Amino acid sequence: MPSKPVIGYARVAKNFGPVVAVDGVSLDVAEGEFLAIVGGSGSGKTTLLRLTNRLIEVDRGTITVEGADISRADPVELRRRIGYVFQSGGLFPHLSVADNIGITPKLLGIPQGEIAARVDELLDLVRLDRTQHRDRLPQDLSGGQRQRVGVARALAARPRIVLMDEPFGALDPLTRDALGEDYRALHHKLGLTTVMITHDMTEAILLADRIAVMRAGQLLAQGTPAELGRSDDAYVLELLRTPRRQVARLNERLPQGGAA
Amino acid sequence: MSLISDPRWGEALSHLPDYLGNHVRVSLAALALGLIVSLPLAILCRNRPVARNILLALASIVQTVPGLALLALFYPLLLLAASVTLAWFGVAFSAFGFLPAMLALALYSMLPVLRNGITGLNGIDPALLEAAQGVGMTPRQSLLTVELPLALPVMMAGIRTAAVWVIGTATLSTPIGQTSLGNYIFAGLQTQNWVFVLFGCFASAVLALAVDQLLGLIEAGLRNRSRLRTTLGGVGIAALVAATLVPSLGRSSPAYIVGAKTFAEQYVLSALIRDRLAAADLPATTRSGLGSNVAFEALKAGDIDLYVDYSGTLWANQLHRTDIKPRKELIDELKTALAKQNITLLGELGFENAYALVMPRKRAEALGIRSVADLAAHTSGLSIAGDYEFFSRPEWAALRDAYGLAFRAQRQMQPDFMYAAVASGEVDVIAGYTSDGLIAKYDLVALDDPKRAIPPYDAILLLAPKRAGDERLKAALKPLLDRLDIADMREANLRASGNDANSSPDVVAKWLWEKISKR
Repeated sequence: MPSKPVIGYARVAKNFGPVVAVDGVSLDVAEGEFLAIVGGSGSGKTTLLRLTNRLIEVDRGTITVEGADISRADPVELRRRIGYVFQSGGLFPHLSVADNIGITPKLLGIPQGEIAARVDELLDLVRLDRTQHRDRLPQDLSGGQRQRVGVARALAARPRIVLMDEPFGALDPLTRDALGEDYRALHHKLGLTTVMITHDMTEAILLADRIAVMRAGQLLAQGTPAELGRSDDAYVLELLRTPRRQVARLNERLPQGGAA
Repeated sequence: MSLISDPRWGEALSHLPDYLGNHVRVSLAALALGLIVSLPLAILCRNRPVARNILLALASIVQTVPGLALLALFYPLLLLAASVTLAWFGVAFSAFGFLPAMLALALYSMLPVLRNGITGLNGIDPALLEAAQGVGMTPRQSLLTVELPLALPVMMAGIRTAAVWVIGTATLSTPIGQTSLGNYIFAGLQTQNWVFVLFGCFASAVLALAVDQLLGLIEAGLRNRSRLRTTLGGVGIAALVAATLVPSLGRSSPAYIVGAKTFAEQYVLSALIRDRLAAADLPATTRSGLGSNVAFEALKAGDIDLYVDYSGTLWANQLHRTDIKPRKELIDELKTALAKQNITLLGELGFENAYALVMPRKRAEALGIRSVADLAAHTSGLSIAGDYEFFSRPEWAALRDAYGLAFRAQRQMQPDFMYAAVASGEVDVIAGYTSDGLIAKYDLVALDDPKRAIPPYDAILLLAPKRAGDERLKAALKPLLDRLDIADMREANLRASGNDANSSPDVVAKWLWEKISKR
């Protein structure tokens, strides 16, 4: 661990009635780190993310954000300082692109003029066109553009932490790759700490510094992609087998110096 | 006479500022009250399924009560409430007109507003609610910036439905004393003035459409975030309200209100009284189409100043008496009883509007029948028809028992059709009303009641408690007392039931005064 954790999970557990969603997870996220949490549906990864900004409350264990126990923080204030990118955008359909992006600064009471300048800056940052996209409604954007707006909205209040819930899952492969790369660049440029959840191990390997694998509410393994490869857990190895096979197949079908 | 050039259109138009103004005020006040109550309720119970279901069930039950009955129910309800506040706090309020109408209509407006409000708020994608929370909105901010704007189209549809319902149903508030466009309809139906009926229906339809369109404009403005359209719609509604306030502000309210129940004779008499007061420099107006019981209670409370009732009606309905006394005695006793409630029985107009057995004059002469006693010998071969309540009223039992009547058959009929039916021989005898003009029109005869089995129904003038010492009023009314005979009243009623320009109560009242004043 390079420095003290920005987000710390200690024996965190959450039940929904009789269903155990998160079962004693302990995990630290370091400053500036890009962590991907990988798992199938029902693994508890989404629940763990929602617990982090108190969209739902923990049953047992503690979560600290920037050193402080979140159960003692004001949830609204907590959410305003953590960026959150929702699955398929979560944009408000009745608000323009600019109003969607500027929503959290507006809630924080930042003056109109400052918000407008910030919106332009963010449109540049996520590579949307200031003049063309600013006043459109979400329904008039493509899926990729919508997700770029989602990222811009999460960054609007200059958070140091960003949580992403399967942000690129519903996009076509080209858009998905471009967006992933763009976000990774932003993550470094802005010095963010990012937690992204995904069911796609390939995406996790390509984007994240470190990967945590979850299954049935439990944390099976965590580490860099290379460290994961040395795991002795059958499920983790199974998850890594697919990208490996894909790489081999790609190398075989697309020889060096080919059209790609 | 052509429908277009009918002068009654002009007369209808002259009432428009008053009727429309009152209609707009009571409907928009009711709608506003309905919204103030329903919208917060819809918001409060959007996440509470049990409360939501109870609320919707209650609102649905209210909706199943016919509008006329709901309005009529609010009158005794408020009378009761007023008597309670008087007993406990020493203050009473008027249970007449605006207040009961507005409350009943507000209740009526709640179902569409609640149902659409709840549907709209519950129909929002849960992912958006989570996003609202996730970007750091408080529940209140989420409601104001996300939930309400997204539910707006559905909610506005409910508000627009409520507006149309309320404006339509407000026409039924006339019988509880609230002036509305329904005054055209009630008066028109009673006096067979189809111009008035058409005018009233058309005016309320136009008003409903106009308000609906203005609300639609506000909705479009809010949805497209066009401040211009929202403002235009809002200004439109405000202008409508302002326009209805101007005439009533400019005109001082008349000193005397003459009440009238819902039949032609009452419309004519109230117009006659109003004209007499005006002639004596006492400004007066009529408040017509009142329910029978409403008229009496309104007089007692001072909401109207005077009206004409019938001795037998008050004897049975207010004194709850079933025995029958001679005319004079009954009126004297009634006078004493009413005086205890501070109501002045000023005197009789001179005619009676009672139930009587009626048959064609020629047939009666041929059979040698002059009274019910003569009729009794023939009843086994004859049929009788009466209105919907006659055969269950004490008058019928008294008549039957006193004379030993045993008709071959008895039927119930709409009062307007009875006279034609007996004239054509479809039935042999009917239970008609002695002052009905159709008796003369069809050359019928009302049979005498020598045993006095039917109580007297003398037309009497009643004054509100607050007018008990008003000598100018009494002097102005003096020329009407004991001057109206049954033949004049019958002809007046016949004229009023015609469907032409001379059949309006105002014109008939003038004709009647000319006849009386010559005596």
